[in-house]
Amino acid sequence: MSARDTILATIRRSLKAEGDEAGRRQAVEARLAAPPSGIVPKRGQLPHEEQVALFAEMATAVDATVERVAGPGQVTQALSRFLRERNLPQAVVRGTDPYLAGLDWESVPHLRTKTGIADGSEEVGLSHAFAGVAESGTAVLLSGPENPTTVNFLPETHVIVVEARDIVGDYEAMWSRLRDRFGRGTMPRTVNMVTGPSRSADIEQTLLLGAHGPRRLHLIVVDTP
Amino acid sequence: MVEITSPRFKANAREALADKDLQRALTKVPSGFIAKRAKAREKLPEFDALRDRARDIKNHTLAHLDLYLERFEAKVKENGGHVHWAADAAEAREIVLKICRDLDARTVTKGKTMISEEIGLNDYLEEQGIEPVETDLGEYIIQLRKEHPSHIIAPAIHVNRDQVEADFRRVHGHLPQDRDLTAPETLLGEARGILRDRFLKADVGITGANFLVAETGTSIIVTNEGNGDLTQTLPKAHVVLASIEKITPTLQDVSQNLRVLARSATGQDMSVYTTFSTGPRRADDPDGPGEYHVVLLDNGRSSMLGSEFEEMLRCIRCGACMNHCPVYHTVGGHAYGWVYPGPMGAVLTPSLIGVDKAGHLPNASTFCGRCEEVCPMRIPLPKMMRHWREREFERHLQPATQRWGIKGWAFFARRPALYRAASGIAMRLLGAMGRKRGRFASLPLAGGWTSHRDFPSPQGKTFQQQWAERKR
Ligand code: SF4
Repeated sequence: MSARDTILATIRRSLKAEGDEAGRRQAVEARLAAPPSGIVPKRGQLPHEEQVALFAEMATAVDATVERVAGPGQVTQALSRFLRERNLPQAVVRGTDPYLAGLDWESVPHLRTKTGIADGSEEVGLSHAFAGVAESGTAVLLSGPENPTTVNFLPETHVIVVEARDIVGDYEAMWSRLRDRFGRGTMPRTVNMVTGPSRSADIEQTLLLGAHGPRRLHLIVVDTP
Repeated sequence: MVEITSPRFKANAREALADKDLQRALTKVPSGFIAKRAKAREKLPEFDALRDRARDIKNHTLAHLDLYLERFEAKVKENGGHVHWAADAAEAREIVLKICRDLDARTVTKGKTMISEEIGLNDYLEEQGIEPVETDLGEYIIQLRKEHPSHIIAPAIHVNRDQVEADFRRVHGHLPQDRDLTAPETLLGEARGILRDRFLKADVGITGANFLVAETGTSIIVTNEGNGDLTQTLPKAHVVLASIEKITPTLQDVSQNLRVLARSATGQDMSVYTTFSTGPRRADDPDGPGEYHVVLLDNGRSSMLGSEFEEMLRCIRCGACMNHCPVYHTVGGHAYGWVYPGPMGAVLTPSLIGVDKAGHLPNASTFCGRCEEVCPMRIPLPKMMRHWREREFERHLQPATQRWGIKGWAFFARRPALYRAASGIAMRLLGAMGRKRGRFASLPLAGGWTSHRDFPSPQGKTFQQQWAERKR
């Protein structure tokens, strides 16, 4: 018998599952077909404008910085200003995301962008979030050519553009949006939920920012005019 | 295989108490973790209801474990990944080796995984000429020290800053000897620099999994450093080591569990990186691993189902039980002698390596009940420790003094009048002996208790006497 068969047989034997095969299968299928959503904290159940405010508040509480701009037209200038204030080079690496590509790059001619994956030589990565989750100030990023995963982790500074209209109250609402986009049971290769910049408390439980991932996380929340 | 020293628990504990560096490190455990968890709990009114929910989800999953595993396997395959089943540690090691060999791997980077410890993977890979590189800062530190984790989420909690500095100076010999490493940031920065290079050059990346999702064929890791993400994104293959009970039915169910995991572990609402991985790099992906493998390890767990230890399989490895355990605070993690320390280890270790080797662990408890109180999965840890004690007693593995003690107690307990008289006498005797100081530093036949803590001297009457008085 293969290890697979042995393990599954032992599980069935231990559970004394032999008698009720049909009933058990039905219970599993039912749950997968219509996942019960369980307990969703009240914290995120707010009017949308307050969800956006909560998102910013929660993200700030975990050491991210947040700036809100009135429309897509202001994003590149906000980005350039952020880099200047932090003494960072005017250069970012980003994927082929159409929203990012469509931003007003002409107003910031000194800001260089490299399109593609990060290889560890870039100081700043720029991504466009799939969603923001208010209950914990979490940005959600999907892998692919639009927003390559390496951009989220290799540069020391990560700037994420979050459209205000993509901010939802809770994880469950985020998963429904993902299902709407990809279909039930289907996922992008990687979904990154990012809550603040990288950190470690492994030396004497002293919290330090900037372990292996970005030391700085800056969120630009964009309103849709 | 990690050397098992659980049979020497008592000696281990004695040594731990005498170890000044360890004792210094352990003083920080209660203040840090306990306060942070309490605060996180306070901020989320639904926290306790979510714990009930998380328990129910896991109970449902365990009752249908075979079916969810089959679904998970089918979904992983659908997404171009591979699933390998391992009945025991040796099988799991060989599966990983074969994946590495097929890719001509020289080095593997590793995210934090307790399953790797359980199957003794690092030593095995080294023997086979493959270099494993731990990338979680705590794991990296203990790998340099040739030690094992002493805590399931804070593996180097027993090491202090000065020791880390000494290790870095010893191992990072190519860096200037006179560099200043006083600030903790500089230690972190140095590790970051060295490991960055290892990430970029590794052939295979190995991570654990906090959850596996049956609905989508997804593995999930939860980290704060981002090391797990670099480990799994950059190399040619991502290998996930997971035990079979990590399965969760749906993304909704996982969301419920995530809300209790980080809060119970570190007091964060959410860890920094929660990463969902489904299959290898897609056709249009510019980055990500070319291969995706999940190794499903049983190693005794399937036989725990249906037994009095089944509930232990709900454990999500948050570490709250050890963070709140007075025994863990006193002896640290290594004394438990194998991979899993603290209350969860005291229950799980005998299940996995046998009560003959780990029989002392379920005794490492004051039965204060705090572990069960804080466990997000509501696992009745003290009850299960008692089960082990009973089993151990039945097997006559207890030393003669304990057997005699319990038999003696049983003799009196079956004869109520005699019991009252005898315990009354003993109580007065003890009371008279201890009254001066209020406690005993040593008691005949109770050396195991009194050599490291004082036994409070009885204050007056026996429980039965008090009960009888109350009723009147
Ligand atoms: S037994 Fe409970 S408290 Fe302990 S690690 Fe497991 S889930 Fe956490």
